[in-house]
Amino acid sequence: MTDSNAQGVLVVGEIEHGAPSAATLELLAAGRALLRKLPGEHLSAVLAGERAADAAARAIAAGVDIVYTIEADADVASHPDALVAAGLEAAKAASPRIVLGPRTVLGREVLPRLAFRLGTALAQDCTALDLDDQRRLTVTRPIYGGAIQATVTCLSTPSVAAVRPKAYDAEVADSGRAGTVVPLTLDLASTVRARLVERVTRPVEGKRLEDARVIVSGGRGLGGPEPFKKLEELAGLLHGTVGASRAAVDAGWVPAAMQVGLTGKTVTPDVYIAVGISGASQHMAGCGSAKTIVAINKDPNATIFKHAHYGVAGDWQKVLPAFMDQLHELLR
Amino acid sequence: MPLHIVVLAKQVTDSEAPASAYSVDATGKRVVLQGSVPFIVNGFDENAVEAALRIKDAAPDRRITVVSAGTEFALDVVKKPVAMGAEALVLLQDGAFQNTIDPLFTVRALAAAIHKLGQVDLVLAGRQASDWDNSQVPLGVAETLGWPVIHVTQRVDVSGATVRAHRVLPDGHEVVEAPLPAVVTVSNELGSPRYPNMRGIMASKRVQPTVWTAADLGVSRPAPALELAAAALPKRTVETELIKGDDDADAGRKLAMRLREARLL
Ligand SMILES: Cc1cc2nc3c(=O)[nH]c(=O)nc-3n(C[C@H](O)[C@H](O)[C@H](O)COP(=O)(O)OP(=O)(O)OC[C@H]3O[C@@H](n4cnc5c(N)ncnc54)[C@H](O)[C@@H]3O)c2cc1C
Ligand SMILES: Nc1ncnc2c1ncn2[C@@H]1O[C@H](COP(=O)(O)O)[C@@H](O)[C@H]1O
Repeated sequence: MTDSNAQGVLVVGEIEHGAPSAATLELLAAGRALLRKLPGEHLSAVLAGERAADAAARAIAAGVDIVYTIEADADVASHPDALVAAGLEAAKAASPRIVLGPRTVLGREVLPRLAFRLGTALAQDCTALDLDDQRRLTVTRPIYGGAIQATVTCLSTPSVAAVRPKAYDAEVADSGRAGTVVPLTLDLASTVRARLVERVTRPVEGKRLEDARVIVSGGRGLGGPEPFKKLEELAGLLHGTVGASRAAVDAGWVPAAMQVGLTGKTVTPDVYIAVGISGASQHMAGCGSAKTIVAINKDPNATIFKHAHYGVAGDWQKVLPAFMDQLHELLR
Repeated sequence: MPLHIVVLAKQVTDSEAPASAYSVDATGKRVVLQGSVPFIVNGFDENAVEAALRIKDAAPDRRITVVSAGTEFALDVVKKPVAMGAEALVLLQDGAFQNTIDPLFTVRALAAAIHKLGQVDLVLAGRQASDWDNSQVPLGVAETLGWPVIHVTQRVDVSGATVRAHRVLPDGHEVVEAPLPAVVTVSNELGSPRYPNMRGIMASKRVQPTVWTAADLGVSRPAPALELAAAALPKRTVETELIKGDDDADAGRKLAMRLREARLL
């Protein structure tokens, strides 16, 4: 699909408590940054769900020129089918040059599908966006689990990209900004084919990994579920929380919700302490942005030492108890 | 007709290859793997095969066909799902099916193959392939066929004309139902794939793959959507301060003191 009249950037947003979600606000900032190279073009957004009108006002304050709103029950709007339909309807109305969305749990399904519906394919998991001298969208993204950094040029109009949450900072809202709200009439409930029967969630104990300032993570090197208690104790001491590598999750030692990495959580703590983790690129994809990485690994050649700011090449069974005793003393 | 499940499985280079095995050639656009990095069936695709086998365990007359697209195959690798218990293997093999970052042609070929297979009730696939980490081919196949899709699941059951799957959430899961035919992608939370047993391995030796070319499928290359402009090894600027001690315990104590001194803890 090539459309020479295409202009501007459309953000496929998500609503949380009557406002654009944090990841959506980040994308609005990303969209504005692109528009600096596209003078005279607009930033639009589509917001579908409960209190879409409230969310639209907040989006305008965050820099959107035109917001397409679709009022729907939050439950309906949480279906990927519904958001794909909403995105498609907005794309028809806006005929954007570029479509952006957050690579969230919802977005990781919605954006590829929307791209295919628009006759193209998705630039996945982008950490940076730019326009080349032909005004084509170019993105930076990890491939091969993060072992390689790729620059990808989007050749189609529209170009569609899914952006990794926290890759961009949201801008300060300006409630004085003007924008247009365009309500779209679309019965979202009728678009749902894969129907939600039930949601089974376990409330997270303690701090969420995404919010923790200190994370202590364990990997296959811990050897079993028992040592994770030791990590809990250390995390408690540091007012942090515990994470894990996929190997520890796959072994059944800890729940999947604790997995950090490419297909687990993306975390950005001040301090990330990796114990018995080799530092595979797929793991580092989730924690590489930590301000300080500390590694305890008995193999001095482990890849984790290429990422760590501080490290001990030793057996955690000996290193960790002494480390904790000393910390107890220092923090007393 | 008994339920027919198609599993999409991609042959990829071993994802456990160390980061040091990767480099970029002189063009700056091609990723090269150094040394003898073996081929494997993409990890999540083995989870998808396992999901299919569990559905078949529940009613043994169900059939499983594995479909893979590429330019060249290591037969012993792509036969692994058959050794695990799938009945048939279809290879979409054509010089045109180059493994690029642009998934459009692969999507088109896989969708055409599913169409050509005739009665297909359920397509299972991995949540993402470990080379491009695109996580979109099965969604594209679903959109092309016009089928419903459930993405990133940890359990898949079929009853009657309905598939019910548990979609992975950060803090739990959602039970989602869709009418067949449908596409479902599978994640590692499903649990470990079974190992092929002796009988399976022997049986897989007798299975001859069906090979289809682009012409057999009647597909041609669509206009490209994405192009790899440059590839590079990620820059590492980290200087590691290795803390040494008289023994491991001493190093542990010194680490605590050093981190405290740096006001990190
Ligand atoms: C598509 C894809 C997505 C993936 N997503 C993720 C993801 O999200 N998160 C993730 O973590 N992985 C992910 N992986 C898996 C990843 O490739 C690695 O397999 C995994 O991270 C390895 O976990 P590990 O470091 O705990 O185990 P290993 O690699 O086995 O490392 C264990 C380490 O422990 C050390 N050790 C052993 N004993 C001791 C001891 N007594 N004291 C100190 N050190 C010790 C060893 O030296 C070794 O370095 C993914 C893979 C693929 C293909
Ligand atoms: N060439 C291929 N042949 C067969 N299946 C594929 C191919 N490429 C992708 N798939 C399937 O689609 C899933 C997601 O792949 P991707 O979108 O490339 O990350 C994989 O886990 C496979 O199940």
